[in-house]
Amino acid sequence: MNDILLKVTDLHAKVEDKEILRGIDLEIRPGEVHAIMGPNGSGKSTLSSVLAGNPAFTVTRGSAIFHGVDLLSLSPEDRSHEGLFLSFQYPVEIPGVSMVNFMRAAVNAKRKYFNEEPLGAGEFLKLMRQKRAIVELDNKLASRSVNEGFSGGEKKRNEIFQMAVLEPRLSILDETDSGLDIDALRIVAGGVNQLKTSQNATIVITHYQRLLDYIKPDFVHVLYKGRIVRTGGPELALELEEKGYDWIKEENR
Amino acid sequence: MSTAVDQYLDLYRVHAEALNAHSAGVLNSMRGEAAGALARAGRFPVRGDEGYEKTSVDEMFAPDFGVNVNRVNMPVDVGASFRCGVPNLSTLLAVVVNDRFVPTSTLLKNLPAGLTVCSLAQAAREMPSLVEKHYGKAAPLSDASVALNTMLAQDGVFIHVARGTRLEKAVQLVDIFHTSTPLLAPRRVLVVAEEDSHVAILKCDHTQGSEASCLSSEVVEIFAAEGARVEWYDIEESNDATSRRSQLFARQDRGSELHICSATLTNGVTRNDFHIDVTGEHASTRLSAMAIGSDRQHIDNSSMIRHAACHGRSNQLLKYVLDDDAGGAFEGSIEVCHGARFVEAYQSNRNMLASKGARMHAKPQLLIYNDDVKCSHGATTGQVDENALFYMRTRGIPEDEARRMLMQAFMVDVIDTISLEPLRDRLRHMVDRRFAGVKAGCSECASGCSE
Repeated sequence: MNDILLKVTDLHAKVEDKEILRGIDLEIRPGEVHAIMGPNGSGKSTLSSVLAGNPAFTVTRGSAIFHGVDLLSLSPEDRSHEGLFLSFQYPVEIPGVSMVNFMRAAVNAKRKYFNEEPLGAGEFLKLMRQKRAIVELDNKLASRSVNEGFSGGEKKRNEIFQMAVLEPRLSILDETDSGLDIDALRIVAGGVNQLKTSQNATIVITHYQRLLDYIKPDFVHVLYKGRIVRTGGPELALELEEKGYDWIKEENR
Repeated sequence: MSTAVDQYLDLYRVHAEALNAHSAGVLNSMRGEAAGALARAGRFPVRGDEGYEKTSVDEMFAPDFGVNVNRVNMPVDVGASFRCGVPNLSTLLAVVVNDRFVPTSTLLKNLPAGLTVCSLAQAAREMPSLVEKHYGKAAPLSDASVALNTMLAQDGVFIHVARGTRLEKAVQLVDIFHTSTPLLAPRRVLVVAEEDSHVAILKCDHTQGSEASCLSSEVVEIFAAEGARVEWYDIEESNDATSRRSQLFARQDRGSELHICSATLTNGVTRNDFHIDVTGEHASTRLSAMAIGSDRQHIDNSSMIRHAACHGRSNQLLKYVLDDDAGGAFEGSIEVCHGARFVEAYQSNRNMLASKGARMHAKPQLLIYNDDVKCSHGATTGQVDENALFYMRTRGIPEDEARRMLMQAFMVDVIDTISLEPLRDRLRHMVDRRFAGVKAGCSECASGCSE
């Protein structure tokens, strides 16, 4: 079982005094795509925040082992260096920090973590150019402040661009389809598919089956009241699309 | 009478003759009146006075500072070795050591036609009517700090830009404190920009060594005639033993433009006043300031833009980032006088507190005495944006670096108000270095004042 990329066991987490995750178990292997679905407030975004290390949440029980590393003991930046990437549902605007400086800081921080020299200016720009092409991100956006004044679609493309640059082992896409029109959705999903290899894995968090037409999941999990209450193949997403979440709620009263 | 005022009045009574002997007519002619005004004031403003809620000027002046009455020269000519490095910015450089004007040879050789940059005492001797017409005309003696400065100032800097002269190079004044005993330097700058002239002036404040405490008592008067454009940049990089009481008084005639940008990067206690009198129609004013405080630094900026004429436009942007136990204060007002219609005046003060011990006091004010104006003011004080911080950390940027990037980013719009591009780049670099914890002083500087 050494090829398990992420093993989450009995994960509990709370924000302030409210328990939101109440025993999550999840196993992800390289090359897999997992979809996590569930009604509003079921804990989907909390799960991604907790895995990424958002200090607003407190883990009260359980563990998350990421390719042999105790993920929960690491700072958010070290989780990133170790190969975890979170694509935000609402990417943050950072006025005054240019995309270029932001990405340079990110790339060089990772290189430093692995005792590598900072990337030279020419190589860095070349890397940016290559990765931008994957999501057709306009060069003009590179000179702007991070996400500032970006459209909804541009923000999401920017997330996938960053993912392409950082080459994570595990990407969590939190509601990446929200706020996207069909063309933007196709570009974003196309980018994710291009970046897929047999060595990395993806968690797709979504409300709707729509995104799963573009990013094909191997497993679909249904999260409800802080637990994974059902796991199936792609057909489970179709079933949810057809029947809604009421029957899940009914089963888990 | 406060002891602070008392000791300087005493000093004046004893040394009036020596003060006059080393100065010139126009400056000397005002000393008596200034001393009278200071005696009447009785004290400098103290904490809690209107407009001085967080800063006691009286305390700044209270220590037993010496004044270089007999113009004893510095043992070494620090001015000659000092080059404040602003890459790609070729300036006309002059140095003020304590309160003594020291021209550089490049300045004397390269002074373009239409520009005068010289010692104020020299100007008072050689062109008395021009100096008399402006000296002390914008700065009122009713203000105790102005009265003290006028009573003691023996020299200063005189900058005159003749009608229609548009200077390509900026004038740079480097103010250096260099003293082994506690010293008060009465600094005085007079800028006269005649009709349709353009001038950019960059002033940098430094303190060499860190043993003796020093106090800069500074009065700057700027006259922008019709259609003139004056840019005034003021960067303070002193140390924790330095106090600075700086007051800028500007008069703007019709159609003139005044851009002021002030940056306090390192200091002890600083109180800056910006009094801008917009007396001509269609004049525009931009005042921006940044203050970066850590340890126990104290930075207080006060602005008063008075619109006395129609169609004036003014824009104020002041930002503070305070860490550790630093204290900041801002009190700013816009006054639109009766009859000054169609004025547009805006003021914005934004502050970031990076620690639990840092304190900010903000008091924006609007005084509007007629209709047909557009004015706004606002002040906010907050912390580092936690969402942005987490976002950056998830991309692998270490927390302290992310925090530093956010603080620097916070100052970007102040830096962007600077028209001189090389200075903008330079200040961006200096701010970056400041947040990275590198001590004050230009690394390119040969004087080694940061050691």
